[in-house]
Amino acid sequence: MKRLKYIIILVLPLMLLPAMASADETGGLAPEESSGESQLDIQGIIFGHIGDAYQWHITRIGDKELTIPLPVIVRSKDSGWHCFLSSKLEDGPYKGFYFAEGGKYDGKIVEKDAEGNEVRPFDISITKNVLGLMINSAILVALILCCSRWYRRHDALKEAPSGVAALLEPVIEMIDEDVIRGSVPESQYARFAPYLLTVFFFILINNLMGIIPIFPGGANITGNIAVTLVLAVCTFLAVNLFANRHYWKDKFWPDVPWWLKVPVPLIPFTEVFGIFTKPFALMIRLFANIMAGHAVILSFVCVIFITAKLGPALNGTMSVVAVFFGIFMDFLEILVAFIQAYVFTMLSAVFIGLAHEKPETE
Amino acid sequence: MSLLMPDSGLLFWMVIIFAVVFFVLAKWGFPVITSMVEKRKDYIGHSLQLAKEADEKMAGMAKEQDRMIAEARAEQNRILKEAAEARNNIIRQAQDQARDEAAKLLAEARTQIQAEKESALSEIRSQVAMLSVGVAEKVIRKDLSADKEQMSLIEKMVEEASKLDPSRKN
Repeated sequence: MKRLKYIIILVLPLMLLPAMASADETGGLAPEESSGESQLDIQGIIFGHIGDAYQWHITRIGDKELTIPLPVIVRSKDSGWHCFLSSKLEDGPYKGFYFAEGGKYDGKIVEKDAEGNEVRPFDISITKNVLGLMINSAILVALILCCSRWYRRHDALKEAPSGVAALLEPVIEMIDEDVIRGSVPESQYARFAPYLLTVFFFILINNLMGIIPIFPGGANITGNIAVTLVLAVCTFLAVNLFANRHYWKDKFWPDVPWWLKVPVPLIPFTEVFGIFTKPFALMIRLFANIMAGHAVILSFVCVIFITAKLGPALNGTMSVVAVFFGIFMDFLEILVAFIQAYVFTMLSAVFIGLAHEKPETE
Repeated sequence: MSLLMPDSGLLFWMVIIFAVVFFVLAKWGFPVITSMVEKRKDYIGHSLQLAKEADEKMAGMAKEQDRMIAEARAEQNRILKEAAEARNNIIRQAQDQARDEAAKLLAEARTQIQAEKESALSEIRSQVAMLSVGVAEKVIRKDLSADKEQMSLIEKMVEEASKLDPSRKN
């Protein structure tokens, strides 16, 4: 009997949804169809969401696009610094700058140089990802400082933490105990713990904010290779700048049979190569995981609109399936958001720990 | 692929933002939290240690108490036993003394009785002698020639007779 109830719960929406979807069609999808966009540009939608942008598109209400224009800051080789809102570029070139269409700089702000070639100015615009980074960083700093303020103002020996401190303390303690103290030697703990904790919470908050679909969330920050590159370079520097002599000896003159390193430095080569591949793997892992997560969720959402043209029945059933899988993927992404932050921090801690290993005493 | 090419503008901002976040959190954020958490952990560990020690002390004290109670009980038993012994001793001594006294009194009484008996006997003896002399005078009706000689004779006879007497009595 119980199973039957579940089946009814699952099937009933399938029967009802076609009607709802057809009703929705006239409202939600009408502008798109009226504008003559017969073919849905799935790739454009997905990459548009995943990639960076000069404005923050939120939604469309009727015919009106709701976007937040963001400041463009560019330095042209000829005319120097320019700063203006991206909304000025919507109706065509402004001060010689315009959005490139196709080609090498697709979607970026470009200008024409003296020879008439399309060139990119030095571009440090506050793009969607930069704004997202700023907002998320502000949230992160506010949270952590709130937590640390609690500890400053209260006697932790007499009171149990409350509020933000109670929320963050277990997480901080988990990273501190399991990840950092487990890998980084005690003598180096004070030097690296703040960095590793910062990295963990930075990645975690950006991952989680990325899952929230509307402003101020939704920017694909940790799924952007520039962000993960900076994080990986930081770990690379943290590992190699403070490494001890044993670490470098192990890289250039490892304990292997001499013929593996004398005429052809085979093992030293792979070891030195490994110095760079480790942070590179960190960079790619975080980038690919988060980007793929965003892409998969967006694909499921797009399924609803692709099937819209295939008739109400199919559209209805597929919508249910897509929503179901979308919810599932969202939950999975929450898990991935934590796991990727954890993995990045843990591997960084392990690499740092390896760079401070004591030579084995025989 | 533009996805795989890090954008210079975003790189620039990311470096600045991450550096600022790291600086702020590393200076005012995490060290405060981790040190307090650490301090509390030490405190809890210390408290647990203290509680354990107190527990052990309590257990030791309970043992000590038991020991003291057992000791006191043993002492009590010993004292009671001693008291009983002393009582018995006193009673025995008193009994002995009383017995001695009684024996002494008895002996004294006996000697006195003996002396009385002696004196009574000697008186009886003289009386008997006088009587026998009187009897003899009456029997013989004649003054004896030598009074003195007669008396010693009679005395001698009485002596013999009295010597015979007790053996006959016994």
